[in-house]
Amino acid sequence: MARFRMPGPLRRLSNGEITVEVSGADLGSAIVALDERYPGFRDRLLDEKGDLRQFVNVYLNDEDVRLGSGLSEKVAEGDEISIIPAVAGG
Amino acid sequence: MCFGPLDAVYDYASLKKIVTRERIESGPKSIWRYRDLLPVEDSTPVVTLGEGFTPLVKADRLGHELGLRNLYLKNDSMNPTNSFKDRVVSVAISWARSQGFETMACASTGNLANAVAAYSARAGLECFVFIPVDLEPQKVVSIGVFDPNLVAVRGTYDDVNRLCSQLVESTPWAFCNINIRPFYAEGSKTLTFETAEQLGWKLPDEIIIPVASGCQFVRHRQAVRELIDFGLVRGDRVPALTGAQALGCSPVYNAFKSDEPEKVLPVRPNTIARSIAIGNPSDGIYVNRIALETGGVVEAVTEEEIVDAMRLLARTEGIFTETAGGVTIGVLTKLARAGRWRGDETVVAYVTGHGLKTADVLASANGHGRRVEIDPTLKSFREKVNL
Repeated sequence: MARFRMPGPLRRLSNGEITVEVSGADLGSAIVALDERYPGFRDRLLDEKGDLRQFVNVYLNDEDVRLGSGLSEKVAEGDEISIIPAVAGG
Repeated sequence: MCFGPLDAVYDYASLKKIVTRERIESGPKSIWRYRDLLPVEDSTPVVTLGEGFTPLVKADRLGHELGLRNLYLKNDSMNPTNSFKDRVVSVAISWARSQGFETMACASTGNLANAVAAYSARAGLECFVFIPVDLEPQKVVSIGVFDPNLVAVRGTYDDVNRLCSQLVESTPWAFCNINIRPFYAEGSKTLTFETAEQLGWKLPDEIIIPVASGCQFVRHRQAVRELIDFGLVRGDRVPALTGAQALGCSPVYNAFKSDEPEKVLPVRPNTIARSIAIGNPSDGIYVNRIALETGGVVEAVTEEEIVDAMRLLARTEGIFTETAGGVTIGVLTKLARAGRWRGDETVVAYVTGHGLKTADVLASANGHGRRVEIDPTLKSFREKVNL
């Protein structure tokens, strides 16, 4: 099981839960599993092509997944997946 | 449920009745002469160190080298903490204090931390600044002197930014470039307002702007829109807005050159232009959209070109800029030499920070110019100095 860490704006979808544990072999399937448990996440995180949305940053154990394999990034037991709005900086 | 950037919104209909050139010209010689177009209530006491209204210098000698007869430099290194950031921080802290925030904070590549620390001291507010651990020593000194809580994070700016984006949920602090970013960002507009005013209420043909997160670039487009909509400038021609990045951290340029300019992919920064070394720029797609819309481009330069440009600017115009300014002047130089302009266009480059902030890059590259060492005798002087 991997653990999603939710940002404030998305906790309404997770019934207020800050962390949610899901199973999945890679990030894409973990997001699918998250969406099955709390519907709405897939639409929030992925665009119509199934890619990560522009203003969503996802970190797997503190590494930006876009710097790695993106949604194909392998997810292992105990991994933490952080979702962070990309509205900061500058 | 919003998951993207927010913008400040104004009552333009009411503002149009009062905003005039005369009203602005009778205001203070600072960013606050444009107060009507900033997101701070009239009754709010502002936190100011006299930021803004920096010199717009006609650069004839640099222009001569580049074949530009109407080249101007907006020298924002003349701000109180020697960078553009004083504009945005003055607005952000003024707003935050009026809303009851007691602690200011920021994720910074250095210049922002410098401004936040200084303006927090000025306002008497608590301050936490977060910087990458390997920041230039000169910047760390000029932040530390204001006695903020200085948190050096073992990571890049993007790591610092991510940490702060998480901290913002569990602290009652005003992070200038995160939770109060819409107010902070608006301060950027004053750079373009001033440029137009100092050109005699005219917009230039093109503006060269350094790009990090893209935040200020986007606000300059808004500033142009407001200058035109309020009738402050003659005509309605929008200048080409051109972005400048260092090749060592050029996610926006990479996308601009690709088939998908709105798909900005993050990079790991590796450049001496650390004040603009943001690998994951939140406004990157907007930069490319605006550059294309206005007829501008996004260009990038090598590390060597950055240092060469810093020297060129100093040698021709007497202005010592930091590496980010080297990026801007480097891109200006590259585009000029590639024949982008005929020569009579009015081109403005935004020089956004002072060279003493990044003096190390010159010190390590024979930064002393034509230096000789002599004995205190005429003989020694004549031997060593070729008159």
